[in-house]
Amino acid sequence: MPEAALALAPSVALTGDDRFWPVEINGLTYAAGGKVLVDGLNFRIVQGPVTAIMGPNGAGKSITLRLIAGLIAPSAGTMSYGGASMPGANQIAVVFQRPVLLRRSVAANLDHALKTYGVDRDQRRDRVKALLALGQLEDLARQPARVLSGGEQQRLALVRALAAEPCLLLLDEPTASLDPQATAAIEGLIARAKADGIKVMLITHDRGQAQRVADDVLFMHAGRIVEQTPTDRFFDRPQSPEAAAYNDGRLLLPSNASNSGS
Amino acid sequence: MQDFSAAFIAAFTLIATADPDFLEIIGLSLRVTLTAVLIACLIGLPLGAALAVFRFPGRLALTILVNALMGLPPVVVGLTVYMLLSRAGPLGVLELLYTPTAMIIAQTILVAPIIAALTRQVVADLNAEYDELLRAMGSSRAGRVATLIWDARYSLLTAALAGLGRAFAEVGAVLIVGGNINHVTRVMTTAIALETARGELALALGLGLVLILIAILINSALMGLRASAERMAYA
Ligand SMILES: Nc1ncnc2c1ncn2[C@@H]1O[C@H](COP(=O)(O)OP(=O)(O)OP(=O)(O)O)[C@@H](O)[C@H]1O
Ligand SMILES: [Mg+2]
Repeated sequence: MPEAALALAPSVALTGDDRFWPVEINGLTYAAGGKVLVDGLNFRIVQGPVTAIMGPNGAGKSITLRLIAGLIAPSAGTMSYGGASMPGANQIAVVFQRPVLLRRSVAANLDHALKTYGVDRDQRRDRVKALLALGQLEDLARQPARVLSGGEQQRLALVRALAAEPCLLLLDEPTASLDPQATAAIEGLIARAKADGIKVMLITHDRGQAQRVADDVLFMHAGRIVEQTPTDRFFDRPQSPEAAAYNDGRLLLPSNASNSGS
Repeated sequence: MQDFSAAFIAAFTLIATADPDFLEIIGLSLRVTLTAVLIACLIGLPLGAALAVFRFPGRLALTILVNALMGLPPVVVGLTVYMLLSRAGPLGVLELLYTPTAMIIAQTILVAPIIAALTRQVVADLNAEYDELLRAMGSSRAGRVATLIWDARYSLLTAALAGLGRAFAEVGAVLIVGGNINHVTRVMTTAIALETARGELALALGLGLVLILIAILINSALMGLRASAERMAYA
């Protein structure tokens, strides 16, 4: 892929960041169906390092991601984005565990996103081209997005999220069920986003992936953040028994027995 | 039997010679039905989309009403429009009774609920699927509706064709408000109904064949739409 094609856009401007960072999360709680699914999270998201969110199935990782993105309202707690209670338009982009693609061509999906993000028509054509190149999707530009393979769909969803030129990019298991080559392509895009000053938080169950792309790991268990540790240390010397058990592939029953995080 | 074969021959003669009266009836049918379906789309598509996407007071009641109107018997619509447009009715001054406009009004009332109800269903399903993505993108309300209508285009065309099929086949309402007046409001279905009653089978048969052809065309279009939607995984 030619180097020039890799550039997101000449206009990747991080000027909005002053107003976005830091993101402060205080007592973030989410309850549904009579259960507390996310329980009093306190953390701070800082610009720069890639953060992996890890933890067993049902730990509340995806819900936490939706809360941060403002897609669901917390039952309690506050979030602040550079002092504001709501993120600005385009500041947060999300790729879901099961990406939703429009019933349009690959290129039209990207064009739609750019249009939604307020990019003028005359600039969109070039931006679509750059994004197609970034996702190595040029040959598939005219294909209906929904006939793409899983890996191609994930790449499209990821470059579509990058079309927002977000401050914070949230990825929910972006490489689950992808082959090693498709995984490498996604990881390349993550590294690229980081280099462009975009903060990436990704949920992953893949230890190797966390070690390759993440600078630190935020470990969740039964709706709580158990630890946030630099990646190397997380796998060598985790601080919590829950993380140690998770790393060893053991199932540790949560202390909070009412919330058996499967 | 003799009569029937003679009628068939006469019917084919009408078609083959492009009989002007015969063509006039077909032309009026096309004009009335296509205009009615177009207006019904202009009403039904936005109404259906609004019912699917927006929350407003009376939404549930309106949804039930639209769904109920979908099964409305054409003769009841005809009667209602007749009473509205007749001399003594509230819209009597417009003098629209027994005109093609009256027929267009009646058919619009018949078809708009079908298109609105189908649109609502299709757009609501798609809205549920796209909801989180569009919210994450910060899509505006207008942007959301535009996205949904465009992405539901195959299904919406199907709804419009369903409305078209119903309008072409309909006889009760246009007979009541149009009156089957020769050279003025005579359309295919009303002509068939009355010519058959009078024993004039040739014209009825010829028009019947044309109606069958139209039904085949509409259904071919439907099949084609469905096939291309499936090919592109848009279904
Ligand atoms: N609306 C809801 N009502 C009740 N329970 C819910 C609701 N939404 C999610 N849950 C439950 O919340 C828990 C956490 O869900 P979440 O999707 O965040 O898990 P996760 O950590 O992302 O797991 P995975 O690794 O399997 O993706 C799950 O046990 C799930 O069943
Ligand atoms: Mg999840």
